[in-house]
Amino acid sequence: MINIVYRLKSPKFFEEAIEEIELDGVIVRPTYLSICQADQRYYQGSRPGEVLEKKLPMALTHEGIGQVVYDKTGEFNTGDHVVMIPNTPMGEDVCRANYSYKSKFRGSGFDGFTSDLVKLDSTRVVKIPDDFNPHVAAFIELMSVAYQGIDKFSNLAITPKDILGVWGDGNLGFITALFLKEKFPDSKVIVFGKHLENLNLFSFADEIYQIHNVPDDLVIDHAFECVGSSASQSAIDQIIDLINPQGTINLFGVSEYPVPINTRMLLEKGLTIQGNSRSEREDFVGVVKTLKQNPHLFEYLEKLVTNICEITNLSDLKEAFDKDHISHFGKTVLKWNK
Amino acid sequence: MIFAAILAGGIGSRMGETDTPKQFLTLGTKPVIIHTIEKFVINENIDKTIVLIPKNFINHTKNLINEHIGDNEDIIVIEGGETRNDTLMNSIKYIDENFGIDDESIIITHDSVRPFVTHRIINDNIDAARKYGACDTVIPATDTIVESINGETIESIPVRDYYYQGQTPQSFNIKKLFNLINSLTEAETNILTDACKIFTLKDEDVHLVDGEVTNIKITYPYDLKLANTILEDNHD
Repeated sequence: MINIVYRLKSPKFFEEAIEEIELDGVIVRPTYLSICQADQRYYQGSRPGEVLEKKLPMALTHEGIGQVVYDKTGEFNTGDHVVMIPNTPMGEDVCRANYSYKSKFRGSGFDGFTSDLVKLDSTRVVKIPDDFNPHVAAFIELMSVAYQGIDKFSNLAITPKDILGVWGDGNLGFITALFLKEKFPDSKVIVFGKHLENLNLFSFADEIYQIHNVPDDLVIDHAFECVGSSASQSAIDQIIDLINPQGTINLFGVSEYPVPINTRMLLEKGLTIQGNSRSEREDFVGVVKTLKQNPHLFEYLEKLVTNICEITNLSDLKEAFDKDHISHFGKTVLKWNK
Repeated sequence: MIFAAILAGGIGSRMGETDTPKQFLTLGTKPVIIHTIEKFVINENIDKTIVLIPKNFINHTKNLINEHIGDNEDIIVIEGGETRNDTLMNSIKYIDENFGIDDESIIITHDSVRPFVTHRIINDNIDAARKYGACDTVIPATDTIVESINGETIESIPVRDYYYQGQTPQSFNIKKLFNLINSLTEAETNILTDACKIFTLKDEDVHLVDGEVTNIKITYPYDLKLANTILEDNHD
């Protein structure tokens, strides 16, 4: 069957393209998508020139939900609401599939979700309840990244988890802090950020601090860095200062630049750094289960939805990316009617 | 019930050297008509897809469907008519005789040579036909339209903002369409080139559904060549 795909041809320029798909997997009609910083970096052209040249044209967005249109495997019913998994393993590996060189990732190595229909392997689709708020469900993928990082942290940390510090007052910081509080209700979750107006939204956290205004005697057991870009450096510096010996530093923030780390203190304190990127099926299943069991989380997560843009043409898509770019907090959700 | 009628009555005289009707030419790995049929077969809203084809191509079409889609009782291949409207009438007669027509019955008529139609367009057609009784898929005209009666000089240049290019699907409440067709005079029937015109002739509203620039009709060899080139690009 012929499918229509809406690709970013070059920064700030979308175009229609056609592809041929076989009807041998699960065919999903996207309903709500969400823009990620990674999409924005392609759209704005802020990735290195050689990366843009290699990867474009490519359909953006890797966060999204849809409805099953057709499933030859019979695992899904037509009309089922599903979350789509962007990570696509292309072979077995000894590591988790979201870290495997053998995996491809939508909106990075191949087309993302901005298309008339998306064909996925049945393992790349997870059913969600019909009553999930679609504006929130649109960014389950982002939640799954926090979820897998927290899951790995649980197995890695050997010292007490009494005080958990989250650096970053953006979307991922919000989700990570929220999920930490849910998973470790007896731990104290402290959020460190730059913008007081953002930090004030973290009402579920035990304490919030602006990074330049942290009490001298404050210590943490483990840290979660959700800052990214060049600001990662100062965040990691502060983490190394405040963290107790043998704590873990869980990195989530993406930076285009190499970030220098104070290894002397890292060695002295015996710290462990764990990198986190992307997620796999079990993380999506975990998030869906967590949201199902804790519906009150939707109330918090709804705060992240700052723009809802209906997309009926490519100008709408462009406008949504521009709107997202100037928003300093929250997620831009695309109601996909293209 | 909701029916799709894939109109493949024409023999594609504009396609150039080839003797094969354009709907049977290969796009990517399959004949154009198979791509088109698949779009309707995967749509859960559609109960039956009726393919209307010249008599001498009926078996060929059935074989192609068997080969590419497999045995599917929701796809029916029948003979089309002399003209587009005869073909349309054949599909309505077939529906009436085999399934019956009630107040809710809808027909989505679509050119067999428009394989790029989207799932969104088809669903929007169903919604509009349910709500308004008739709809046409269009995109705003991009070229200036020039009217010339004698083919030599310009008669008028209409305001482009009011003009759209008609695509397909065109979708209708079958009962309403059937009654209107039966009320046409012979003179009216003779000037019909488009199913939506049946409604406009009788002052009935036809709702507009947004088409897509990609929803092109494969008319000329260039169209098919272009489409195949774009598809091959993806495979690299």
